[in-house]
Amino acid sequence: MSEATLIGFAILMDGLVYAAWLFIVAVGLSLIFGVMKILNVAHGSFYAFGAYGAATLVGLYFDAGLPVVGGFAAMLLAAVLIGILLGAILERGLLRWVYGRDEVIVVLVTYAVFLILEDVLRLIWGADSHFAYQPYVALGNVVAGDMIISNYDLALIGLAGLIALTAWWGLNRTRWGKLLVAVIHDREMATALGINVTLVFAITFLIGAVLGAFGGAFTAPKISVTPGLGVEVIVIAFAVVAIGGLGSIPGALVGALIVGLCRAAAVHLFPQGELFVVYAVMALVLAVRPEGLFSRVQARRI
Amino acid sequence: MPDRTLGVLAAVFVAAAIGGFLLPQWALFLSTVAIAKALVVLGLMILWRTGLVSFGQALYYGVGGYAAGLAGRWLGLSDAILLLLLGGAVAAVIAWAVGLLLARYREIFFAMLSLAFSMLLYGLLVNTEALGSTDGVNITQPSFLGYAPGGGALVRSVYLLTIVTGLIAAWLVQIFLRSTIGQLASPIRDNEIRVEYLGVSVRSVIHLEVVIAGALAGFGGVLTALAVGHIDPEMAYWTTSGGFVFVTILAGTGSVIAPFLGALLFELVQSFAMTYTPDIWQLMLGAALLLTILFVPGGLWSLFERRRVGA
Amino acid sequence: MIAPVLEVQGLGKTFGNITAARDITVAVPARQTVGIIGANGAGKTTFVNLITGYLKPSCGRIRFEGNDITDLSPREITRLGVGRSFQVAQVFSTLSVLDNMAIAIGIARRGADAIWRPLRTRRLLDDAEAILDRYRIAAYRHAVASTLPQGVRKLLDIAMAVAAGPRLVLLDEPTSGISVEEKYEIMEVVIGALAATGLTVLFVEHDMEIVERYSERVLAFYDCTVIADGPPAEALHDQKVKRFVVGETLHRSARPAAAQVRA
Repeated sequence: MSEATLIGFAILMDGLVYAAWLFIVAVGLSLIFGVMKILNVAHGSFYAFGAYGAATLVGLYFDAGLPVVGGFAAMLLAAVLIGILLGAILERGLLRWVYGRDEVIVVLVTYAVFLILEDVLRLIWGADSHFAYQPYVALGNVVAGDMIISNYDLALIGLAGLIALTAWWGLNRTRWGKLLVAVIHDREMATALGINVTLVFAITFLIGAVLGAFGGAFTAPKISVTPGLGVEVIVIAFAVVAIGGLGSIPGALVGALIVGLCRAAAVHLFPQGELFVVYAVMALVLAVRPEGLFSRVQARRI
Repeated sequence: MPDRTLGVLAAVFVAAAIGGFLLPQWALFLSTVAIAKALVVLGLMILWRTGLVSFGQALYYGVGGYAAGLAGRWLGLSDAILLLLLGGAVAAVIAWAVGLLLARYREIFFAMLSLAFSMLLYGLLVNTEALGSTDGVNITQPSFLGYAPGGGALVRSVYLLTIVTGLIAAWLVQIFLRSTIGQLASPIRDNEIRVEYLGVSVRSVIHLEVVIAGALAGFGGVLTALAVGHIDPEMAYWTTSGGFVFVTILAGTGSVIAPFLGALLFELVQSFAMTYTPDIWQLMLGAALLLTILFVPGGLWSLFERRRVGA
Repeated sequence: MIAPVLEVQGLGKTFGNITAARDITVAVPARQTVGIIGANGAGKTTFVNLITGYLKPSCGRIRFEGNDITDLSPREITRLGVGRSFQVAQVFSTLSVLDNMAIAIGIARRGADAIWRPLRTRRLLDDAEAILDRYRIAAYRHAVASTLPQGVRKLLDIAMAVAAGPRLVLLDEPTSGISVEEKYEIMEVVIGALAATGLTVLFVEHDMEIVERYSERVLAFYDCTVIADGPPAEALHDQKVKRFVVGETLHRSARPAAAQVRA
């Protein structure tokens, strides 16, 4: 194999792995915006809480010496529980009082919540690093020529694909999904047609929160879980959904792929531009298509 | 009304100048940083009145700081006033370039694109060794038209420069906001179509405002750099932009005095909170923001105005 | 021969395979008052949108005072001397009536010093008052525009459209959303205020009595094009117009308001 092909393959693999991670993290954010028109900065908190929660539960689980397989179930459980709990508190306790207010104001409300939750996180888990490497290590690696690919990373790609498929099926093939799409398109009309928009909002937010927590939970085994996790993640999730088009699930997928591959390319070819390249792509896409790649057409106003 | 604002500003300035020789160093430093921040908030106020929120003022803040810092190190420029003008000018040029694109956007897309540009700078700064990467760079000691103070005198000099800049900025912004173009802020926020049909290019007005806000943020960045003596990529990070927006809301946008009052109060509370309750100061900040948005949407200034009008 | 104020040749507009305007050719001489009629969807507002630059024509040319304005933006067309009011009044709802007027006049008069010269001078505010007076809405000067009754809102919209001293003004349904009794009042005020200024006026209207009374010439729209063009007496009794626009018989509504206004 030539040098170029090797690098190309490395970029592709790294890109896909990163894209999978990005998609899992960002899809919940996009969904919540699509249905509720809320750009939820606290999504970073869902992610962080999911990571810490999973790390703790997995830690407890493996300390008890239980079989490896259950470890994954533990991560899943942690994510679901945290997502539902946080999501419910946030949506029912606070957000429903600001529905209908200016979009940017709502963003600022979620930013305030994010700040609060950052400290709550620290109060609960302290400032130390937490680890949950067991599931990552347990899956082992696969060797492809000169490259070592972690099976966990491959599993993440699979998970991302699964989530994408479920989202597609859910939105297009189920009755509930069609109601969601109706609300995404025109909230007022949906209400007029008798759709219980309040219920749709509540459930959507929970799903989005769980997805955010998933992102954190399933990332935990790959990293050391430290404070400040949410701060870094949220801004890159923004980049992904902005590129793909706020509120579009296929957009989130495409955005994740673009960002993932670009970043992988930068890491291998131009490491100095690693961070820069993601936002350069974001600025470039927004410059050409302000509403992202998959966006809605606006009707005439006068 | 205009006379009263300018009168108040002048009075406060005189008091502050006298304070420069009486207050302890920590108070001078705090005030310097606060007023530098207030300059950024002044720019955000103009945009807010036009219905726009920038989540990327840290771009110009960072540009200002780095321009001044690097001009000091690489070009040997040490005169603070020169550095101030340089930083503001560079920031204004960048704002002009960014504004070409940004002025076409509104609402959440304006916010997101402004965020993207500031993160561009952040990424650039972090990944560039020559610019100090994540550690940043120390500023060389500034001089003031030949006068090269040290220690307490330096802190006082930077402070005085800052309050003079604050006064001039507030005065100029006040004039702008009362001018025909400045008065278009609310109309644009209210009904852009009507503004266009009256014969004004909304995009041009917004472009102008982006440049003004950018220059102001640049000045803020230079002054902060001079006060702190150090610049790092954090100046361009999104949380820095968020902090500026946060102060804008807390302070209220009812007057050019509001950003200064708000920033000073914020800086005071933040430094006490970080000293005595370091574990929950973000929580308190978030709570304060939340309460302000929900119950006092006009910010602190609206409370002040209400009392004054009611009296 | 003096050039017509407004000249439209072969104007057409399509959105994909939907036609919104088809082969419209009209010339309007100075100081004429033209009534534009047609059923909903016939293309009247599209016509106004095309002339004022809100929409770009797919074909044809538009000339204002001899200058080609086909590809210009609303802002540029306004600056050349065309004013427009809207079907749904476009005013600044969070500002007072006086402020609305002040902004309109301030913009019209702005020069290179607009970035620092104060807007609210005594002279500007007096002039704003004078215009509000001419449109009989001065009593509402401090009312916030969102609280205004519909008639006052529409009058404000029209007053703002005229603030810059245009030579051509297009009024899109100036009396829509207003009770039958008030329609005549509104038109009297508007036409009265405009008559003195020597403007060329095109107004879209559904009420045939108003069209008959206030226009010198009628353009009837149907199916996105003009099907009749002439003095009201002719156009309103044209067979096609009766069939497609008015209905078989001309309905007469009660006219108490007109009698009161004239008294």
